[in-house]
Amino acid sequence: MPSKPAKLQIIWLQGITCNGNTHSFLNDSALGTLLQDVQFLHHPILPSALTLRELVSKLPKSDILIVEGAYEAGFERAGMRMDKLLSALASKTKHIISMGSCASFGGIFKESSPDTISGILFDKTKASGPLRGMREKVITLSGCPAHPEWLSFVINMIRCGKTIKLDEYRRPKELYAFTVHNGCLRNEYFEWKVDSGHFGTKEGCLFYVQGCQGPFTHGSCNKILWNGVSSKTRAGTPCLGCTEPTFPKTELFSTKTYMSIPAEMPLGVPKRSYLALAGAAKSFHIKRLEERLIDDNA
Amino acid sequence: MARPSKEERKISIMTKALELFSKEGFYQTTMPSIAERIGMSVGNLYNYFTSKEMLAKELILFIANMLGEEIRRINESTLDTEGKIRAIVHMYFKIAQERPETIEYFLRVYLSNREVFREGCEGMICVSAFVTELMIFFEEGVRSGELRDQDFFSAFGLFMGYLGGMVFLNGEKILPNALESYETSIAENIYNALKTR
Repeated sequence: MPSKPAKLQIIWLQGITCNGNTHSFLNDSALGTLLQDVQFLHHPILPSALTLRELVSKLPKSDILIVEGAYEAGFERAGMRMDKLLSALASKTKHIISMGSCASFGGIFKESSPDTISGILFDKTKASGPLRGMREKVITLSGCPAHPEWLSFVINMIRCGKTIKLDEYRRPKELYAFTVHNGCLRNEYFEWKVDSGHFGTKEGCLFYVQGCQGPFTHGSCNKILWNGVSSKTRAGTPCLGCTEPTFPKTELFSTKTYMSIPAEMPLGVPKRSYLALAGAAKSFHIKRLEERLIDDNA
Repeated sequence: MARPSKEERKISIMTKALELFSKEGFYQTTMPSIAERIGMSVGNLYNYFTSKEMLAKELILFIANMLGEEIRRINESTLDTEGKIRAIVHMYFKIAQERPETIEYFLRVYLSNREVFREGCEGMICVSAFVTELMIFFEEGVRSGELRDQDFFSAFGLFMGYLGGMVFLNGEKILPNALESYETSIAENIYNALKTR
């Protein structure tokens, strides 16, 4: 009888982080199954073979190095500077996953020290991070946090030896080729340019006033739902664009406009085409879409 | 000599109809009067346009596309916003002088007989080419920091209402001076009203 293939050896290393991705990962409904096929040499929360101190002293080989949190050369983990620790672990692994927007692009933590903090491969849009020499090993899973199923998808693809097609920021196309707008339940309102007017309602589009970045943000939040049931736009709050290197922007809950015209167009749509189409759609008043469909006060 | 194509014939009908509509108004102009002016039978005219309303809609689309094309050229130029305002005012008044029937039609037929354009020309659909270019003009003016951010229609009304009003006064022969002599001061007024304070 053939012996069972060895479990993938994974190290989960944290940089400057809020632990959001760690906690997100714990919400993976298939985590139990995944853990039958992989072994965490180190994980900040899950039972694992090595403590952080042991990890730093042994600097073991691994199949996958997952990095959560932003990078700063002088930031120390168990007494070792991050530049040394990351470089040592990265050189001894086969695959590197930058988990979340801080590890991917610098994210929110970069805001505190823009000149010294970055992602592990990208510093915002520039591929100038400390692992730029190992670019081919890196897979980016941006998001604040990244969806747990995005990570288990990538781990399983690696485990099965499948090729993962990546975009310019090395994000898996399977997960990031479409925009968050794709699958949004509010698309009927987007088509007819009917604004939501409020947060938390089921009706209306959040793109015109409430700051939704779904039409120009890469991600599958409305296809692979959060906790299997929801997404920001489904809950009535705008997409904040957290998977993009530009995250975080400011004024996240209001749409930047110039003379009533959205400052950012839906991805790939020329301004002239968008305005012509939007003007036509706005010329019609679809009564059904302009009133509450479920009105508790009616 | 080659016979004119159907498209050429259509344009010549529209040109004549435009003159009649802008002079006589929508209701005074009839399909027989248009046919007579062109020198074709009424029956043949209906081969080109199935109704007077259809012809009227084609005309407004034609005019909006023409004005849109002119503003697009200005939008794509290297002028700053103040220069673009001057260019738009100049273009609009030039058309009002050289092809007065187009602006007359816009003001006296399209805007004055909205009931004719209710179906098929809802809202701004038939003038979309023109309005879209003005949206782009305003949006770029605000983005560059030259114009004050405000509601689009507040700015649109100020700009186009002003120009339309002057052309109307000129058409009524109320203006003491030639329309083009007002270009500089009008452009300046528009810029001063819209610019960043």
